[in-house]
Amino acid sequence: MYRYDDIDREFLADRSAEFRDQVNRRLAGELTEDQFKPLRLMNGLYLQLHAYMLRIAIPYGSMDSRQLRKLAWIARKYDKGYGHFTTRTNLQFHWIKLADTPDILDHLASVDMHAIQTSGNCIRNTTADPYAGATPEEVDDPRVWSEAIRQWSSLHPEFSYLPRKFKIAITAAPKDRTAARVHDIGLAIKRNRKGDLGFEVMVGGGLGATPHVGPTIREFLPAEQLLSYLEAILRVYNRLGRRDNRTKARIKILVASLGAEEFGRQVEAEWAAIGAGSDLPAGEMARIRAAFATKTFETLPERSESFEVAKSADPAFARFVRNNVKAHRAPGYAIVEISLKAIGETPGDASADQMEVIADLGERYGQDDIRVTHEQNIVLPHVKLDDLPAVHAALAKAGLATPNINLISDIIACPGLDYCALANARAIPVAQHIAERFANQDRAELIGELKIKISGCINACGHHHVGHIGILGVDKKGEEFYQLTLGGSGAEDASVGKVLGPALPANRVAEAIDAMVDVYLSQRQTGERFLDTLRRTGPAPFKEAVYADAH
Amino acid sequence: MPTLIRCENGAFAAAEDPFTRVADDQELPQGDVIISLQRFLNDGERLIGQHRAVGVVLKSSEEVAALSIDLAKVAVVALDFPAFRDGRAYTQARLLRERYGFEGEVRAVGDVLREQVGFMLRCGFDAFEPADGASCEDLAMAARRQRHVYQRAADGRRPAFAEREA
Repeated sequence: MYRYDDIDREFLADRSAEFRDQVNRRLAGELTEDQFKPLRLMNGLYLQLHAYMLRIAIPYGSMDSRQLRKLAWIARKYDKGYGHFTTRTNLQFHWIKLADTPDILDHLASVDMHAIQTSGNCIRNTTADPYAGATPEEVDDPRVWSEAIRQWSSLHPEFSYLPRKFKIAITAAPKDRTAARVHDIGLAIKRNRKGDLGFEVMVGGGLGATPHVGPTIREFLPAEQLLSYLEAILRVYNRLGRRDNRTKARIKILVASLGAEEFGRQVEAEWAAIGAGSDLPAGEMARIRAAFATKTFETLPERSESFEVAKSADPAFARFVRNNVKAHRAPGYAIVEISLKAIGETPGDASADQMEVIADLGERYGQDDIRVTHEQNIVLPHVKLDDLPAVHAALAKAGLATPNINLISDIIACPGLDYCALANARAIPVAQHIAERFANQDRAELIGELKIKISGCINACGHHHVGHIGILGVDKKGEEFYQLTLGGSGAEDASVGKVLGPALPANRVAEAIDAMVDVYLSQRQTGERFLDTLRRTGPAPFKEAVYADAH
Repeated sequence: MPTLIRCENGAFAAAEDPFTRVADDQELPQGDVIISLQRFLNDGERLIGQHRAVGVVLKSSEEVAALSIDLAKVAVVALDFPAFRDGRAYTQARLLRERYGFEGEVRAVGDVLREQVGFMLRCGFDAFEPADGASCEDLAMAARRQRHVYQRAADGRRPAFAEREA
């Protein structure tokens, strides 16, 4: 966790006071809804189908138990006792009253949290590897750089009215858990041959109606020059990005129309003109690094006897370990993923009680460090192997031990027509049907890694373009239909899925997926994931299986 | 006529506007004028020779660079916000101040609202024609909102990292 200082706290207090004044002016009728809208959006407050929705920033998905407990408390006091974790690693409350929002923001500020720039055409919350500081593959801690970006981008005077919203991701390991290549800017931390730290810079990725995998415009940017380079990219975009058509305003359209080479050339020219004056002094980077509470790991043996005994004794625990527990850089420790995809529940939802259970476990067993993943799950990054049986038992008691990370029922879904004014179709019930169809855990494990992502409309908040199987809700004469795409990936092997065929009615989606899974199981070669088999065979056998009875 | 509010050394004051904004199809009046970039590029030299102050209004789609060689002769650059959501003028203002060293007046015109004045000041604007009837006091309050800022910009305010070093 980054520890706030007085400056960071005063910054939030000032912002919160400003919003209280704006809400009061709105409630007194001094501001019209038209005038108020851009002000509330800059503070994460949306007007949805049923009520206001407040989107709270969880910067780079990182929080501590005190903060998660506060979110649980807010859920109980001001909402219906639960919250929804999003693909931007934020938390949304869907049943908020306008008059309560200034108090909520003050409560958030009391634990160093905010809702700044969770909406609007500005720089949004940065996505970082949820295994930061824990995975053995890591080149450098991405949270340090993400926090530098958070501060630099907060109330940025030049970049708060961009052509469109702007999202940055930082991956710090060869395995990309951030979907960096489908962000407006993706940064991959690297070392060059001399051992210097730097970033590969990818620009112009994105989903929505026109998905793009972002091209690399710089193979190696010296790390200490990150902010000046970001300023150059944002400045070129702010000047040249389209403002005449909202659907063509994202940076991906500018990069695609200029070409990556020409866009890169303009960025380099702007960067040269900016010079080093916009970079953070080395002392400030060191301060931010030090403000992350350092974790001290005990010297433990590689192997924990009590852990091994528990695995042999309890098949449910063994299954949880196989799917939800990942290797840690320190011997005797592990990374634990907590699935928010319990079969039949809403993907990404957590009740206030569950948040408190996770906060308690994080505090007691996890060095008070808690992460949110862009796949809408929670991570305890530092748990001792010795403690895993106790953690698992507590999770199971709270309905949080679903052993399905990266499996077919670990589905990303947007809120869809149940909540969102933009959606054409529901997404949550489709996710629930699929999860129920594959509720057999042996079968789910046999199928292995298979990423299903569901969006209720073309805005693609559910990332369907980068699902191994993507599902897009469409409206056909007032009825909900679902278009399947195949072969997408948001990881280091990023690609955009291709439409399989005509859209299906809701009641045929789960069986179509079942049919494709059967094709995969019959055709796969050793070690192949669903995506690998599909890439080898092409979509034909899958298409045949789904549409066979239509012939 | 919209009110003109100037900010000098952090103090906001209503000011008489000596300049007349002249559209491209209008005859030029006597005295100080603000004209379009196109008119300035065609006719600017001659007008400046007439011993009057000349200002230029830039559309948000126009490049500051087009004006760069003549900037020393220009008294005012007015940057237009066709809608407050169009943020290009923030970049134009920073380039004027930081890249081209422009020391004359940078004026915000168009959809200029008090809620954005803090950002405008930081980017180098020092004169405003508020579209929402905001007073000097309103602008002064908006400008004071945040005790701290996180980034360097054109206003010379000390960012948080510099405050921390002290």
